[in-house]
Amino acid sequence: MSLDKPYADVPGTTIFDADQARRGYHLNQFCMSLMKADNRARFKANERAYLDEWPMSEEQKQALLKRDYNRLIQLGGNIYFLAKVFSTDGLSYLQAVSTMTGMSVEQYRTMMIEGGRSIEGNRYIEEKD
Amino acid sequence: MARITAGVTTSHVPAIGATIDHGRTTEPYWAPMFAGYEFSKCWIAEHMPDVVILVYNDHASAFSLDIVPTFAIGCAESFPPADEGWGPRPVPVVPGHPELAAHVTQSVIQQDFDLTSVYKMDVDHGLTVPLSLMFGQPSAWPCRVIPLAVNVVLYPPPSGRRCYALGKAIRRAVESFDEDLDVQVWGTGGMSHQLQGPRAGLINAPWDNAFIDRLIGDPEGLAQVPHIEYVREAGSEGIELVMWLIMRGALADRVKTTHRFYHVAASNTAVGHLILENA
Repeated sequence: MSLDKPYADVPGTTIFDADQARRGYHLNQFCMSLMKADNRARFKANERAYLDEWPMSEEQKQALLKRDYNRLIQLGGNIYFLAKVFSTDGLSYLQAVSTMTGMSVEQYRTMMIEGGRSIEGNRYIEEKD
Repeated sequence: MARITAGVTTSHVPAIGATIDHGRTTEPYWAPMFAGYEFSKCWIAEHMPDVVILVYNDHASAFSLDIVPTFAIGCAESFPPADEGWGPRPVPVVPGHPELAAHVTQSVIQQDFDLTSVYKMDVDHGLTVPLSLMFGQPSAWPCRVIPLAVNVVLYPPPSGRRCYALGKAIRRAVESFDEDLDVQVWGTGGMSHQLQGPRAGLINAPWDNAFIDRLIGDPEGLAQVPHIEYVREAGSEGIELVMWLIMRGALADRVKTTHRFYHVAASNTAVGHLILENA
């Protein structure tokens, strides 16, 4: 029996479940390594070489190099792990999260100040079509 | 005997910590949010607990994907602030209360909640931001803290029902501790927010406010709300709100609302804050 996923019909959302955790294990553990200043320095000095020390897929490495956070989430990354990457880059959650929405940082910040993204039309995938 | 006197809930957004640490709380963007905590700082100065049992979630700081405990209790003498990728927050080391923590652990496990005991743990913004919001920037934290970390990162998190029942077990545990201690339970995280994907930025103020109403007046009913409703209505990270039910379970069935505050937005998140006292 496969895992029950009642959350699969929520639009624009990936739930970090056991399948995602398995897919993203090495990606997320790489992120954890950036909690040490020495590792951050080594990563910044040569990102590709540092990534090659981890048994990640080439797709995951490319998404990391591009800081493509939507792709990283699809490939098993979790935002609280990925936060170590954008913190290393000196970005805030708001700055990093906005890149997943197709909006500029300023547009996104303004949306948040004005009350955030509305729930209306955002509950079910069907509503988006 | 030890007793639980009050509960506090608050969001624990990392940007709030950074704003305090950099002395920017009076900036126009932030001032209205911090205004909601002015009452709370005065209140807690007059109602200083001996110990806070602080319910929060670790954000992949103490717990990597190697070990993900559903409920973990901090039993150490102290807990250093974590380096989350930009260096540790410049806040004091958090003093624990190993004796009460050990008692709560034993009592709660014997009430059939299988807590994980943690004797070495760095604590991230989930724990230190609530301390900063309530206590400001002291050179040492004014009370002891028992961290209670709840997994809300890796699906499935514990249900609201389970969290509410754990709160009740914690109340029984505290009330059977011999030392005369004033204990508060804080539930942190939330409110509505989503930090990933094209739906990021979701805020649902009517749902959040209904959640607060029910937390105060109908916690038993609120505890039945399933995981999927949190995700759908309050965003993928809104599930943190189950932790508020642990705080509520630890209080009496009837409570008085000493303070209630709601603000949109701090960074990506709706901020909710309550002080509840046993009626």
